[in-house]
Amino acid sequence: MVELIDLVLLGMLAITALRVIFLKDLFAVVMLFGLYSFLSALIFVNLDAVDVAFTEAAVGAGISTVLMLGTLALTGRKEKANNHTALLPLLVVIITGAALIYGTLDMPPFGHPDNPAHQHVAPRYIEESPKEIGLPNMVTSVLASYRAFDTLGETAVVFAAAIGVLSLLGMPKPGGVAIDSGLKSHLVLRVVAKLVIPMTILFALYVQFHGDYGPGGGFQAGVIAAAAVILYALVFGLPLATHVVRPNFLKVLAALGVLIYAGTGVTSFFLGGNFLDYNVLASDPVVGQHIGIIVIEFGIGITVFAAMLGIFYGFAAQAERTNIQ
Amino acid sequence: MILEVISTILLILGAFFSLTGAIGLFRFPDFFTRVHAASVTDSIATILIITGLILRTDFDLVAVKLLFILIFLLLTSPTASHALAKSARHGGLLTLAEIRESKKGDND
Repeated sequence: MVELIDLVLLGMLAITALRVIFLKDLFAVVMLFGLYSFLSALIFVNLDAVDVAFTEAAVGAGISTVLMLGTLALTGRKEKANNHTALLPLLVVIITGAALIYGTLDMPPFGHPDNPAHQHVAPRYIEESPKEIGLPNMVTSVLASYRAFDTLGETAVVFAAAIGVLSLLGMPKPGGVAIDSGLKSHLVLRVVAKLVIPMTILFALYVQFHGDYGPGGGFQAGVIAAAAVILYALVFGLPLATHVVRPNFLKVLAALGVLIYAGTGVTSFFLGGNFLDYNVLASDPVVGQHIGIIVIEFGIGITVFAAMLGIFYGFAAQAERTNIQ
Repeated sequence: MILEVISTILLILGAFFSLTGAIGLFRFPDFFTRVHAASVTDSIATILIITGLILRTDFDLVAVKLLFILIFLLLTSPTASHALAKSARHGGLLTLAEIRESKKGDND
């Protein structure tokens, strides 16, 4: 039964990908990308990887769809006609694909318990993490403690992406004149948005601080909180949104999150441990792990929130500028 | 036992309305009728399916979470359909009846 669901979802994924390739209307392509992300999120749920599914749904289907729509507002809706011949690319793709398929023949069978993935570090995490860290959600233990250095790198990547986008596009000036955003007449939309936005922020906080016990954590929470402010900006206009969350404040937040994360690491080696070794943060190692994980998850949440919202501000400000011209 | 039967009936009805919504989305002639078909899936099918799922839980935290999801979807999906139809209207899209009317006017 599970295999059947997987097959149907994978089939739908393939059809969506093919439509994305052949469609010329970029607006529809963006919508199909959102669909693609939701389908892969469903596959992840089916594989019991709820945390990954959560991230995929929040980032892939939520934020990136909005950002791509923001890009479309700048570039236009139609794909340019391509005059190149497709023969050489087709040849390259066929050879690469054949090599990849040939490579999979050597892979160990899918889901077999003797696979290297299930032999190397996973058994140690599963056996030791309840004693060493004691969090019910083992994914958070691995992500925030055993692999804390990797996650620090990921947070820095998010931060660097935001810096890159902002240095290209620039932030909006806070508190400009409120231009009619075209949504003034959408009374129902405004009322429901007012109802939904506080709930979304509350949910983001729940995801942030419940990440130790269930699926969730800093990445998802940051994206959800950013989505709440983006919804506000879409419905009530960008100038009002920049009144609520100032662009300069976002710059500080984005740097602060990475600083909190890296600072936790530095603190731990001033207390006599290794970099990002939370055992030394409290007299009891398990308590120290809990403190460390909550602090760095908070840092991740802040950076992701500021980066996502900053990128959206950048795109929206650019679109507004071109509209005025 | 009775709960399970009721829940099965609700789930099947929900699946049926989802299916009719999907068929309508493909078969209906213009934008507004299609939005209408899609919003049927959003509202009545959601109520039926999630109520059916709630009846299958032990009425614990899972049921409460499902109830939250139901309330959230009931708030947002009809709003989305409404915003879609209204934007199309503002963009100048006419319904089928209005197109027929204007054609009649041209012939006279």
